[in-house]
Formats: sequence, C-alpha cells, structure tokens
Amino acid sequence: MALIKYIEHNGTEHEVHVENGLSVMQGAVDNMVDGIVAECGGACSCATCHCYVDEAWFDKVGAAKEVEQDMIECAAESKPTSRLSCQIKVTDELDGLVVHLPESQY
Amino acid sequence: MTKQNCIIVGAGHAAAQLVTSLRQQGWEGAISVMGDEYFLPYHRPPLSKDYLSGRKSIDDILIRPPAVYEKARVRFGLGLRVEAINRTDKTVLLDDGESISYQKLVLTTGSHVRKLPVPGTDLPGVFYLRAIRDVEQIKGFIGHGKKAVIIGGGYIGLETAAVLKQLGMHVTVLEAMDRVLQRVTTEEISAFYTRVHMEEGIEIVTNAAVSSIEGGKNVQKAVCGDDQEFAADLIIIGIGISPATELAEAAGLDIDDGILVNEFARTSDPDILAAGDCTKHYNPIYDRHVRLESVQNAVDQATIAAGTICGKPKPYNALPWFWSDQFDIKLQIAGLSTGFDQVVVRGDMANGRSFAAFYLQEGRILAVDAINKPKEFMMGKQLITAKVEVDQAKLTDEAVPMKELLS
Repeated sequence: MALIKYIEHNGTEHEVHVENGLSVMQGAVDNMVDGIVAECGGACSCATCHCYVDEAWFDKVGAAKEVEQDMIECAAESKPTSRLSCQIKVTDELDGLVVHLPESQY
Repeated sequence: MTKQNCIIVGAGHAAAQLVTSLRQQGWEGAISVMGDEYFLPYHRPPLSKDYLSGRKSIDDILIRPPAVYEKARVRFGLGLRVEAINRTDKTVLLDDGESISYQKLVLTTGSHVRKLPVPGTDLPGVFYLRAIRDVEQIKGFIGHGKKAVIIGGGYIGLETAAVLKQLGMHVTVLEAMDRVLQRVTTEEISAFYTRVHMEEGIEIVTNAAVSSIEGGKNVQKAVCGDDQEFAADLIIIGIGISPATELAEAAGLDIDDGILVNEFARTSDPDILAAGDCTKHYNPIYDRHVRLESVQNAVDQATIAAGTICGKPKPYNALPWFWSDQFDIKLQIAGLSTGFDQVVVRGDMANGRSFAAFYLQEGRILAVDAINKPKEFMMGKQLITAKVEVDQAKLTDEAVPMKELLS
C-alpha cells in the first residue's frame, strides 16, 4: 500500500491509498482523479495516462521501457520526467509518491 | 421538487466514463445505469486478447471497481432491458414492467454483432464474440491440438485467431472478401497481416463465403459453396457489428446508420443524449459525419455528454484512434484514412514487423497505421491535427527523427 498524491494541472490535489501491484494509473481511475483518461486500460497503447513524476521521486520510480519511452518522447507536452502512469507498478517503496498531471491528455 | 434523475441505458465504456464525468462536472441528482449483462462495465477489447487467453480475469478487466460507483452514488440495474422510452412522460419502461422517470436520458447502447445468415449457427461450439458470457462459453471448446475456424478476417477475427493459435489450436480464418481487413484498412496492411498470420502457422482462406455450418452433437465443419469443407471443433464468427438503435428508433429519434447526435452529444430530443458505438456524429477534423466503433469514441463522447448535461457544453472534436494486439504486433491507428490519394511507408513493410503507413490526401496526413512504431503513432496524431504538408522524403527516411516533421 502506498499513499500517492496526484496534482492536477490546475493545482487540485488528490491523496489516495493505492494497493501494491496496481498501477499508478489504476489508482487515479479508482479514485475519480480527473486528468488521467486511460482509454486503453493499461495496454501502453494510448498515452492518455501521461504524468510527470515529481523530481524528488523520479529516480526511485525508474525509467520507462522501450515502447513507453517511444510514446512519451513524441507525446504532446513531453518532459524529462514524463511517464505513462499505467506502466508504474505501486510498491511499498513508492509510499508518498507525487505525480503531476498535464493540462491535456491529447 | 422531485430529485433530478439521469438514466443511462447501456453499461459499457461510455457509461463508466459518464458516471464519473457527471460527478466531476457537478451533477448532483441521481444516476442510474441499466445494463442487460450481469457485469459492471468492463473493458471489451481484452475479450479477444488477454481475457480469452486467460491472462486476465473478470476483476482485471472491470473499468472501475465497485467502490468507485459507491463513492459516485451510482445505482445499477443489471440483467435487465429497457423496453421503451416515453418522451412525453419522460419515462423509460423496463422489461419487468417498471417505469422510471428521467430528467436526462443517455443512450449508450453500443452495438450488436452481425449475424451470419446460414444454417447451423446454433450448433454447440459456434459462437459470436462480443461479451464476457460468449468468451466463458468459448473457453469450454478450446483445446490443444483441436481445430478452430474463424469466420471473418476483421480485427476481432484475427486477434482471436492469434490467441487460439498461441493456445495450441489449429486455426483457419475464412474471409468472404478477397482480402482480410478489407472493410477497415488498405491492401498494404491486409497483405502484411496475411503474411504475419501465415508465418505464425495460421491458414487464411479468402473468397471463402460460408454457406452452412454442419455437425451433430457438436459442430463439425464449416462449408463454403459445393466443394470446400473446413473441419472444426470450435467456430467463432466475427463479421462486424451494427449500432444498437432500436430503442431510439422506436422513440422517434433521428437515425442514420446510428443515433444522430450533434457536437454536444444531443439527439434530436434535447433531453436525450447518446454516446459511443451507437451514435453517428459530425467530426470537424474530417468535415463529415462518422460512426466509430472504438473505446476512444465511447470515452470522449461520454465526457462531452456529461458536460452538456451539467450545463458546461464543449464541442466534440477528438481525433479517432484505435488499437489491435496480435502476436508480438502492436497496431496503433490514428485518424480515418477514407479519401487518401497516397500511401507513404516508413520502415520495412515487406519483411519486418515494424513500420508505419501514412495515408495522405493532397500532401497532408489523414491517418497512420503504426505497427510496432509508437513514435510514428504519437507524432502522427499531432501531424494529422496540425494539417501540415509533410516532407515525404523525411517521412520515409527512418534516420530522420519523427519530431523533425512537425518543425
């Protein structure tokens, strides 16, 4: 279980507990966090669950794998700390994680 | 004053999006979702992929867990059908005779599978693939070394063929037209998928219109014309879907191969909205009316409908996109290719399993089919909406990063 803070583009914050093994995307969907759309349901196909991992957490979360990296690199509003939240698995180590959400997922 | 009630008919992707969007955008009244399946809204694409293969369970494919609906105060009526809409009284009539009033009604009725009009489709071992219950029954007929015949070489048919092959079955795909995927894509992509499926050991037979299905206790074969027979322990029919418009039609709403809605997801009755597969709507990017069979459309149009209901209307102008996973191939499609006058390929389409086909009209990209090419898909989306004239020399040169095409 990890407490994750999602910060929307307009500054609205959501703090939710997410079970280990779920993705950071699922944590948002399960708690009605606006700003994560997740159309493909976690298949790494759509990039509508794009987030920016807080700088303090980026190393701990780790880097994206190849397909995800390619998607992020060419996403609108891409940043060095971009990840697809469906590809980040929640563990105890991520307790306190902070992710920022982009203005748009399109 | 009586409490406001928003009734949603159909419990699929659009409904799951609507209920949370309604709450996020400020709807305070009751929300009721009526569905004819005994399941909370679930992801339908995995039915022909990870759910069929057994890699995912029902819990894994629920779009949202029950707790979300509890938090959003959503009432579900599952396993029931809405028989009629009374627009004068603003009520819907359920199949058990109960009638419920609404202030706002949203039709997210989705689509029906097209039925194959030949004898024998009711034999045990013959299925369509649209719902969880279909897959649960299909699973009883899957077996290593057994024979599966897929009728219809569309995306559902090919995805299903790939999974059944991976589960050790002998798989034959029968396509009535002269190439697979004819209705949905170009000759180039059809040729690619034909090659891949043959490389994987699947038999694809084109110009094979099934005339009957035969068997005894269980299905035994599919028959095409006079002379061709294909032995089968399992037959899956995937020959397309049609929009579920009966309810809207009987209520007198405007229909044209789908429930006609405007850019705010309103039907011809201002208190009735519709979203997803069942609708036909105007797309400003392509300047024409379209009916889309996709998760993207269900989710995005549902969000638009919620905004309209909550008095915060925003016009729908999303770029359509689709995906399909078969074997090690991730296909991502952005845009609609209808009307293209040129195909530009980036990568090796003839031999490899990684390339992108861009469909151009007067030098501008209308659509892209990206096969194991996520960058081309992502940049393709931006290039389509930007409507820029692309440099074709750069587009075909894999040494030039996709990003340079937008600058």
